[in-house]
Amino acid sequence: MTAAGVLGGEREGARLVQRVLVVRELGIVLALVLLVGVTVLVNPRFLTAQGVKDLLLGSTILAVLAVGQSVVVITRNVDLSVGSVLGLSAFATGSLLVANPGLPVPVALAAGVLLGAVCGAVNGALIAAARVPALVVTLGTLYVFRGLDYTWATGRQINAADMPPGFLRMGGATVAGVPVLALFAVVVLVAAGYYLRSYRSGRELYAIGSSPAAARLAGIPVGRRVFAAFVASGALAGLAGVLYAARFGTLDANAGNGFELNVVAAVVVGGVAIFGGSGSVYGAALGAVLLTTISSALPVLGVSPFWQRAAVGALILAAIGLDRALSARLARSLRGRKGHG
Amino acid sequence: MRESPPILSLRNVSKSFGAVHALTDVRLDLRAGEVHGLVGENGAGKSTLVKILAGAHPADAGTLTVDGKELRPSGPADARAAGIAVIYQEPTLFPDLSVAENIFMSRQPLRSLRRIDAGAMRAATAGLFARLGIHLDPGRPARGLSIADQQLVEIAKALAFDARVLIMDEPTAALSGVEVERLFSVVASLRESGAAVLFISHRFDEIFALCRRVTVMRDGRWVSTDPAAGLTVDDLVRRMVGREVSSLYPKTETAPGEPLLEVRGLTRHGVFDDVSFTVRGGEIVALAGLVGAGRSEVARAVFGVDRYDAGEVLAGGGRLPKGDTAAAIAAGLALVPEDRRQQGLVMELSVERNATLTRRWSLSRLGLLLGGGERAAAREWSERLRVKAARLSDPVATLSGGNQQKVVLAKWLSTGPKVLIVDEPTRGIDVGTKAEVHRLLSELAGQGVAVLMISSELPEVLGMADRVLVMHEGRLVADLPRTRADEQSVLLAATGQGGAG
Amino acid sequence: MAERISRLRSLVGSWDAALLVALVLVVAVGAVTVEGVASPRFWRFVTLEVIPIALIALPMTLVIVTGEIDLSVASVLGLTCTVMGQLWLWGVTSLPVLVVAGLLLGALLGAVNGLFVTVFGLPSLAVTIGTLALYRGLAYVVLGDRAVADYPPQWTAGAIGAIPGLTIPWAIIVVVVLAVAFGIVLHATPIGRGLYAMGNNAEAARFAGISVVRTKFWLFVATGAMSALAGVFWTLRYASARADNGSGLELAVVAAVLLGGVSIFGGRGGLIGVIAAVVLLGTLRNALQLAYVPANTLTIITGSLLIVSVVGPNVAGLLRERLRRRRPAATPVTQAE
Repeated sequence: MTAAGVLGGEREGARLVQRVLVVRELGIVLALVLLVGVTVLVNPRFLTAQGVKDLLLGSTILAVLAVGQSVVVITRNVDLSVGSVLGLSAFATGSLLVANPGLPVPVALAAGVLLGAVCGAVNGALIAAARVPALVVTLGTLYVFRGLDYTWATGRQINAADMPPGFLRMGGATVAGVPVLALFAVVVLVAAGYYLRSYRSGRELYAIGSSPAAARLAGIPVGRRVFAAFVASGALAGLAGVLYAARFGTLDANAGNGFELNVVAAVVVGGVAIFGGSGSVYGAALGAVLLTTISSALPVLGVSPFWQRAAVGALILAAIGLDRALSARLARSLRGRKGHG
Repeated sequence: MRESPPILSLRNVSKSFGAVHALTDVRLDLRAGEVHGLVGENGAGKSTLVKILAGAHPADAGTLTVDGKELRPSGPADARAAGIAVIYQEPTLFPDLSVAENIFMSRQPLRSLRRIDAGAMRAATAGLFARLGIHLDPGRPARGLSIADQQLVEIAKALAFDARVLIMDEPTAALSGVEVERLFSVVASLRESGAAVLFISHRFDEIFALCRRVTVMRDGRWVSTDPAAGLTVDDLVRRMVGREVSSLYPKTETAPGEPLLEVRGLTRHGVFDDVSFTVRGGEIVALAGLVGAGRSEVARAVFGVDRYDAGEVLAGGGRLPKGDTAAAIAAGLALVPEDRRQQGLVMELSVERNATLTRRWSLSRLGLLLGGGERAAAREWSERLRVKAARLSDPVATLSGGNQQKVVLAKWLSTGPKVLIVDEPTRGIDVGTKAEVHRLLSELAGQGVAVLMISSELPEVLGMADRVLVMHEGRLVADLPRTRADEQSVLLAATGQGGAG
Repeated sequence: MAERISRLRSLVGSWDAALLVALVLVVAVGAVTVEGVASPRFWRFVTLEVIPIALIALPMTLVIVTGEIDLSVASVLGLTCTVMGQLWLWGVTSLPVLVVAGLLLGALLGAVNGLFVTVFGLPSLAVTIGTLALYRGLAYVVLGDRAVADYPPQWTAGAIGAIPGLTIPWAIIVVVVLAVAFGIVLHATPIGRGLYAMGNNAEAARFAGISVVRTKFWLFVATGAMSALAGVFWTLRYASARADNGSGLELAVVAAVLLGGVSIFGGRGGLIGVIAAVVLLGTLRNALQLAYVPANTLTIITGSLLIVSVVGPNVAGLLRERLRRRRPAATPVTQAE
């Protein structure tokens, strides 16, 4: 083989990987475009300004949670407590605002995020310090945080009428047609995506998920990074709680009940490998948008909304099957390529 | 020759894991511009020593000094900061990340706001690769790299942070001739630039070609350190083993009986090709070859752990179905695998459960395993093989390597096999147990069992085997009777230079 | 190392004992302090509540011992309920036919899980999260938000009828028989030995001639069938088939199995602990309800118990390790001089 041929072959290797990653995220975009396209054909009102706004608003909370969940899943862990943290944070923010109607919105926001971060810190400490599987710990805290939420709410309900109007206005406000709440999600998404790609500690999260043993040998502070990932996931679940409170206004202890599975579904559909090391928050957010769009498109398409869950399930199975097939193909073609001539 | 002061020195280092003393009072000096050889049998404590130098294990006692200053690494990061780089036997890369990122993980070049400068990282990687003469794309993921390429990436990693001490744990074990040569030139250039290299290998020719001084370890203890120039292979072997080699290998002559295992045209694409051989009752047939020649893969395919693309395996009076281990066992086959910890034993389970795992159906009554059937069977076999275990209910992980291997043997011999395949049966076990294993294999052959023995230890191959099959790059290249098998003929065939037997 | 592992083992061994002691304590304290806990009626309710969870926890224990997990069980239960309901609406009025159809459906749904996990080699966690949504979704497709509630009352009466002379429903006998059967399979048969072996080290299990793929496939089938059996009981007990029957039950089952001392990584734990945990949680829930303690406190207790069950042994092990390491580490200073 000539030197030029060898070099060409190599660059192709990197390009192949790039292509597979792009194919994965493009796949979701394509599915989304198809779905929206068909829906618009059936009912053009699906894509009016109001329709788009509803879609974005609907995706926001799931997308924020999915970003946090991806950070954790990338490290080969999982956080099942996010739905409960959302509920706790939503109720806490609501109570805080009802008790202090004059409170500035950013303070309420900070309080919700902080509460979420504390919950995340509890998860992270148990997982990183006591070296206990994340699945078990966060299943436990799923119950504990939800139980605390119930205890606190004890049958009470916060009504939209009691909430400060300024806060609720944030829930409905738009900037150039884009809901303010969705802007939160976009900021979180871009920040997390940029951090994971361009900062050493962000890359270390991928390294930990890719090979925990090698990460330890490379001197990466695995415990500290995993802890931080859970704090981030908790804080984002806290933020999602505040957004939930702003959007719905009416709150009881059931807010976010069962969300954890939707979030994991969004992440898996978005191409984040459930055993860590690969995937992006952008994919996860796209997954969240796709899942939300399915649920709002089905009724428009005249399909019974009862099909929605089944569609989500089929989508998850298709996504992991696709990931499997893609990585098998990639591995085969990379192996076939000799590193040197 | 004037001696420079050591960059790194170890004094009186000890380390135990529970009751097992992995290292006792070990000493070692590494000097700048020197390649230092470290040899010892498997289980002599070399890997533990590497882990201590790498900061992955803390020493129980003793001192580690680098540049005259005592170093107490609390983790790999500390050892690395002191300029120690380790290239492990099995490379430790992140498969999902790019080659460049693997090299610069946690040390990526930065631009403003502490962001990673991906361009600079790629350029630096390309620079390192140019220096090492490697043609690899910095942007491709580490997944799918050959072992040799992975090792080169590991070396580039060490170069990237100007390591002054480079520890290489059997880097050539899985490399081909060309790859070894390239590795040697890289090591030589590192030496020229003033680095200290600790080179661990089982291949004496490499040790003598590269190293100025050689340290020998045995049973976790330091034995000797001498200039390589004054040493012979026999000296090293005697020090490693601790006694004359000739006292091993009690193979007795037996007349071969009926063919019990016939392999015809066995092929697995890209792994091994058209492998045919026969093993008769009472015969010990060795399967020799370099690591990676495909020997273990053939054994796995014969035993039904892996599938194969073409060919057939005849045993127990019929053709064995592909990929069906249970059928192979039923036909009288047994395989003592290469990797005891991963394949031979379930480390968390008790000695008793491990020893009877293969006989769980035959020990059951009406499908039930009640009463002491398993315990009695386990006791019988551990007494026969003299397994030293405090209790049979202890996890097998608590046993020494040699005793673990005896449990694996018990597990298979208790099935009364007609064909016994043993893959590196004495790897990582002490000399005493080694002799016991050899005696056992010889006895079994005497009782009419067909034994197929894969071994990388040439003395073992030559001492034990009635016939030596040699594999090279997936093909069977020689079939040498005992009389014609010697070090030279086997080595030539294994390296692809010999004629067919 | 040796010491640590054998101690860990003995800790695990005593976890069963600890759970049984906790159960006795809860019953004793409850009987003294809460009016009604000592009454036969109380135990009737506890039994009725525990039956479906126990039915699913039995195969789930085996699945988790092999290192896999099945999160779709509650959805299998729900789908079984709705399909039986739909059949009833279509005029299938024979109970045996409905039961057999339900069980077959459950086995089929389990086989789909097993196929994805074993043949395609996909992680069971992801697969069963997918089928959790899929099966529950199909339940909604079948019945929508309708409920089938006009089953003959004598079916319910039959299902929850008491053992003559006692207040405990006879259905518990079925559960006990199944529990003994699963216990024997796990702890006293060649199959059970294989399950522990593959849960600890699938490769070594394969080398020992254990068919990992086939065994796991049939375990998923069994889990599906048992979840369907829980669905049959659910239908009969409440005389109602709705798409959301048993929603969220999967987490309660997994929590009980893990609390019972089964390691989420596979290879460790046993059925006695799991059964003790199922009964403990059921008793605790009902006793607290009788004592007017809000249900959410029980939620907190469930979660905390689960965390303690995994954190406790680990922290104890880590502390011991640290102590052991510190002692010899003190010597090098003197040796270095």
